[in-house]
Amino acid sequence: MPGPAQIIVDSVSHMYRPPRGREVLALDQVSLEVGNREFVALLGPSGCGKSTLLYLIGGFLPVEKGLISVDGAPVTGPGPDRGIVFQHFALFPWKTVRGNILYGLERQGMAKDEREKRAMDFIHLVGLSGFEDSYPSQLSGGMKQRTAIARTLAFDPKILLMDEPFGALDAQTRGLMQAELLRIWQMTPKTVIFVTHDVQEAVYLADRVAVMSARPGRIKTIVDTKFDKNDPNLFKTKAFGEKVDEIWNLVRDEAIKAQGTRVP
Amino acid sequence: MKTLIRYTPLLLIAIAWELVARFELVSTTALPPLSDVIRAWIDMIKDGELITNGAASMYRGMAGLGLAIIVGAILGIAMAWWKPVNVLLAPIVEVFYPLPKSALIPVTVIWLGFGDGSKILLIFLGCMLPVTIGAFNGARSSEQVLVWSARSMGANKLRMLWDVVVPSAMPEMLNGIRTALALSFILLVSAELIVAQQGFGHLIGSLGANGSYDAMYAVVLTVAFLGFAADRLYLLITRWTFAWRM
Repeated sequence: MPGPAQIIVDSVSHMYRPPRGREVLALDQVSLEVGNREFVALLGPSGCGKSTLLYLIGGFLPVEKGLISVDGAPVTGPGPDRGIVFQHFALFPWKTVRGNILYGLERQGMAKDEREKRAMDFIHLVGLSGFEDSYPSQLSGGMKQRTAIARTLAFDPKILLMDEPFGALDAQTRGLMQAELLRIWQMTPKTVIFVTHDVQEAVYLADRVAVMSARPGRIKTIVDTKFDKNDPNLFKTKAFGEKVDEIWNLVRDEAIKAQGTRVP
Repeated sequence: MKTLIRYTPLLLIAIAWELVARFELVSTTALPPLSDVIRAWIDMIKDGELITNGAASMYRGMAGLGLAIIVGAILGIAMAWWKPVNVLLAPIVEVFYPLPKSALIPVTVIWLGFGDGSKILLIFLGCMLPVTIGAFNGARSSEQVLVWSARSMGANKLRMLWDVVVPSAMPEMLNGIRTALALSFILLVSAELIVAQQGFGHLIGSLGANGSYDAMYAVVLTVAFLGFAADRLYLLITRWTFAWRM
């Protein structure tokens, strides 16, 4: 990890309490440090608590055991220093593309002219020029997620939290969006925590991949995955393939375990 | 043109009405010919009777419904968002909701007398709960991720309530308002029929008692048309508000 940690997760445990039924230990003594402008993927089988960890860092769920700090200050709630992108876009359906992007800028108290210009810049950045006045219901999945990414980037959070952002997209769109995200990330470098269960996606996008174990969620290992992202043949290289295999083997054990818990 | 064809059945009823009454297939006291009814309507417009009584009714209806929408929406959203408010009000809403509100006509008269006040109160009480329940269900269905998104973009809790919960509650709340709109007409005319010195209901009652059946039918048709027009207007407003839903 380059430089001092920007995000510190220290021995965090979290109980998930469903409205009915018994409570489940979702995270067990998780510790993680993420450096400034580092891209870290949280990888694991479904139900391993990777999204829960993201929501805790985002301040959407209360930290009950352990400590999470960002830039030295403990996290106590959501804030515009940590922007989030959800799997199902979470756009305001009653606002246009432009309206969605303007919302965060309005909340930051940016002057009208400035925020209008900034919104248009980001619409352009994610390739949605011409769709400014469309409502989310008029857009494809990929365009919705571009809007969501633009909305979050526009108010310039230091940290970008992404919760399986391409999980709801078809395979081709997902590939395009991954490349798009890297392009944007290289233009506006930020600290990124990216939740996914797609091994190749994690290895391709992230500097480091934190592999999580099945319930209760723990961080099993952290693997360095720094590659030259601009290499168009990256996917065909031996080193990349071996890295994917190495991590896939780690995840497979956990996926089997996660399935096994349901079989008596 | 399409609208014209859609409403042809109404024209057929009108023709049947006229013929049945003209040829005295039914007693003309029970059903005066439509042309007589229209003539009576024109007379009542000319001498201002329909206008003054109509104005009184419209004022009561709009005041009662307006209050019901404002208070009902605030209560419903507050119940959905603050647990203590829900604990306090939910049992009251549950018990009060199925009560036929026309049963309150004498009660509101005892409280506020024969004038506008008792009608406004009755319509307010009768129309509030459908709005409250609509707003409550709508607000409860607001998506967690939208709330979180707004919060992470720097919206405080009150701001988030206004920017996310209120628009999320809107579709269901507007359904509640539509029910309330229909109820307001029912309650208005019933209350005026029973105790009032003015209004559509009063006019229907007194004309009927005097045996002026053509004029009575004219008022009934006027009320029916206003109810229909109000519902259409409501639909127009909703469609305009929900351009985003496609």
